[in-house]
Amino acid sequence: MRETTTVGDELTDTKTAGAPSTSGTVGNTPGKKAKKEREASLWSDAVSDLRRNPIFLIGSALVLLLVVLSAVPQWFTPDSPFTAGACQLQDSLKKPSADHWFGFDVQGCDVYTRTVWAARNSIIVGIVTTALVIVVGGALGLLAGWVGGLVDSLLSRFTEIFFAIPLLLGGMLIMSGLGKGNAWTVSIVLATLGWPQIFRIMRSSVLQNKNNDYVVAARALGAGTWRITMRHILPNAIAPVIVVGAISLGVYIGAEAALSYLGIGVQPPGISWGLMVSDASVRWLQAPHVLLFPAAALSITVLAFIMVGDAVRDALDPKLR
Amino acid sequence: MGRYLIRRLIQAIPVLIGATFLIYWLSFKLPGDPIQALAGEKKADPLVAAMLREKYHLNDSFLSQYWNYISNLFQGNFGETLTGRSVWDKITEAFPYTMNLAIVAFLIEAVVGVLAGIMAALRRGKFLDQLVLLSTLLVISIPVFVSGFILQLTLGVQLKNSWGIDFFPVSFNENDGIRAYLLPALVLASTSLAYVARLTRTSLMETMRADYVRTATAKGLPRRRVVGRHALRNALIPIVTFLGADLGSLMGGAVITEKIFNIHGIGGLLAESVYRKEGTVIVGVVSLLIIVYLVANLIVDLLYAVLDPRIRYA
Amino acid sequence: MTTISKTSNVPAPRSAPEGTPLLEVRDLHVEFHTRDGVAKAVNGVSYSVNAGETLAVLGESGSGKSVTAQAIMGILDMPPGKIPHGEILFQGQDLLKLPAEDFRKIRGQKIAMIFQDALSSLNPVHTVGAQLGEMFRVHRGMSKKDATAKAVELMDRVKIPAAKARVGDYPHQFSGGMRQRIMIAMAMALEPDLIIADEPTTALDVTVQAQVMDLLAELQREMNMGLILITHDLGVVADVADKIAVMYGGRIVENAPVHEIYKRPAHPYTRGLLDSIPRLDQKGQELYAIKGLPPNLLNIPSGCAFNPRCPKAQDICRTDVPVLHQVTERDGSELPGRGSACHFWKEQIHG
Repeated sequence: MRETTTVGDELTDTKTAGAPSTSGTVGNTPGKKAKKEREASLWSDAVSDLRRNPIFLIGSALVLLLVVLSAVPQWFTPDSPFTAGACQLQDSLKKPSADHWFGFDVQGCDVYTRTVWAARNSIIVGIVTTALVIVVGGALGLLAGWVGGLVDSLLSRFTEIFFAIPLLLGGMLIMSGLGKGNAWTVSIVLATLGWPQIFRIMRSSVLQNKNNDYVVAARALGAGTWRITMRHILPNAIAPVIVVGAISLGVYIGAEAALSYLGIGVQPPGISWGLMVSDASVRWLQAPHVLLFPAAALSITVLAFIMVGDAVRDALDPKLR
Repeated sequence: MGRYLIRRLIQAIPVLIGATFLIYWLSFKLPGDPIQALAGEKKADPLVAAMLREKYHLNDSFLSQYWNYISNLFQGNFGETLTGRSVWDKITEAFPYTMNLAIVAFLIEAVVGVLAGIMAALRRGKFLDQLVLLSTLLVISIPVFVSGFILQLTLGVQLKNSWGIDFFPVSFNENDGIRAYLLPALVLASTSLAYVARLTRTSLMETMRADYVRTATAKGLPRRRVVGRHALRNALIPIVTFLGADLGSLMGGAVITEKIFNIHGIGGLLAESVYRKEGTVIVGVVSLLIIVYLVANLIVDLLYAVLDPRIRYA
Repeated sequence: MTTISKTSNVPAPRSAPEGTPLLEVRDLHVEFHTRDGVAKAVNGVSYSVNAGETLAVLGESGSGKSVTAQAIMGILDMPPGKIPHGEILFQGQDLLKLPAEDFRKIRGQKIAMIFQDALSSLNPVHTVGAQLGEMFRVHRGMSKKDATAKAVELMDRVKIPAAKARVGDYPHQFSGGMRQRIMIAMAMALEPDLIIADEPTTALDVTVQAQVMDLLAELQREMNMGLILITHDLGVVADVADKIAVMYGGRIVENAPVHEIYKRPAHPYTRGLLDSIPRLDQKGQELYAIKGLPPNLLNIPSGCAFNPRCPKAQDICRTDVPVLHQVTERDGSELPGRGSACHFWKEQIHG
């Protein structure tokens, strides 16, 4: 294993050279109280930071819009792509017009309608995968960190196996095994390959905190494992999990599109941006609009989640200010 | 050091076994009959089918099949496809394309990414910094299969049509040499490149605030030396980690790029094998990728000791 | 002993008239523009140091003592730091008006600095030999081999045992005291005229503190350097300093030759500092502590910055900022080098 000799850790604690302490508190009160205050100010600072951050505001507005879009697509388009006769072959590859903003695809389907309705699968995959990953990875990480010893070694080796399997190749294989390609199966596949990330965060957070003075003190005072976990360990792990969660939500949406693009994600008649791009790619030099609109929708969606995650991370990381 | 290396190699074995087991199990569970898949549309000859099943131990239990496979694998034998072709031959046919693509992408990512990150960090808050931040955010958000088409259109087609520059061939042709790989590699590298740029920026900005950088300034060293010798050397440590781990994901992620540019690498091979239910090929390809991943990680750990003298391996 | 010829690549100081102090800080102001507002770290500090003289700057964290030093060294982070007003005259020339490249050449060659935490202040990935030799390579253009030889000489001089064998070691392989000696060696390398030591012994064990302080004082005497010793430890000061400047809230509140301040402080804050030193003859009594917290630099109290914590504060202390009064004897005869920024300095010193 890797070992850092002597007190090399002090180095990671970069001091702000030159800037004096503005709060002016001298010395720090050890123990829970100071910790609590620091945390409270970390979050309230972060919130006030975020309220002023245009990146966060734009990102979360987009996220909100996308969630509404996927919940009630009929508010945004009068037509459903699933009604019979929604696509007329005589409209095939027509360019965008005032009536049909995004034009028609090769089947003569309205690209705008399909693009709007496709949001649902993306959002489902993003949210379900992230939730699964956090629950599974979080629980196992907590277990490994707390119990330690053999359980920890076994679980850590186990995650290494999943880290070693390339996402797309593994996804390809599992999807082919599952057969049915829809938002739910895609979520399961992505979660299967994605949980080790949260596992690591959770595990290291537990390890970092479980020997801290205030946790040791709480244990000495007779607080049980459950209580310590709830009051001390989880609050510390929440920040990195939220950040990674928001960013990987975007990444999972991209991964779903990639799988669908490769023909192993969402299957027709299901609609997915990745599938739309794949269908459009054959004739994309003659009819670029068929590819560009779903591609742009996908990019904006991924961007929105990454913007939110990025802004939250910057707000929570006092070092970067 | 030698003992550390041996220990790491021993630790890698259970990961390799676990991963191959998982992959083998998944390909075993693939729906459909591989013999029938071999025969295609028409009904497979029952006699031939029975013979093939016997020859390839398809009637054995999963565990015995896996044991058969893994013991061959550890003797360097990747097995045969159902048509009697050596899996190793199939892999070596496809692997070099993916390897070349990944290496070119890796170089682009490392050089361009690190340089962009350094420039952004040194001009914190200025125009160039904002530009790097914004463009990397965009690149991260645009999925590879979208940016692939966009780059193909702009750098490949439009550059040729409107400027007469035919530098980036639109579709892959081996005879173009390294030039053939440039555009696909750029596409493949794009997302990682953006991450590297951002990571370099953050890491360098953080080390620039370290006490020893302040000391270097107080020593009256020129800024170039302060940044290059004192800050960058320390800032590179996390970047090397990322790059090392990324070499494996570049190879694994090449599937999409290979599809866009019609490169017959391992992505295509894998898709074909999944379709034909050829478990031996699937597991062979994935095992090889896992080995690349494990070796890259080992190299990173060893590089760590070179970059940071505080780390000692025992 | 090594003699190093002062080469000509140092910008020649304008001929300073006789009697000019080595360093003179005049009415220096430093502020930091942070997200929460402007933090006024230094609010009109003036002090001077002569060759061979030691000035101790005393104060709590946040009093502005380190920021002043960083301004002199030219290593303030700007932005967020800003120097809206003030002069730093070194051998007669204002460092703040110097072109960046000329100022750089002064750093390390003419003015050097010793930092508090040697572990984090030395680069972890370079050998101490390389970090010491770098001074000679950059400022003197020496070859790598010669620079390493110089590094060994320096390590010998600061009494690091087996210097030759250890020149290729990394900072983390040394003990705390040895690391601080390396910091000192680095500062002394080019025999500068002025050394700023920012709490050089705070991070060390008490037993090692005295050794390091003695070494510093010895080298200073040998080379006749000016020394600015920044500390919050009155105990360290008594033995080595010639004069003391006490800082509070970014201002100098008291100036005095070192021994007088112990006998007769002229500012309630200095009084408080002195009273909070544990003394053997008062064993068993409760130790005195100054009440309250140092001022918030974003919002320094009106009037005298010390007034919320001062046991003797009157109304005037809350409204008028006291200037640095010349302190005199009861009969009006001058006390050279003494000043106090307290409205009631007379009561304090004579009361």
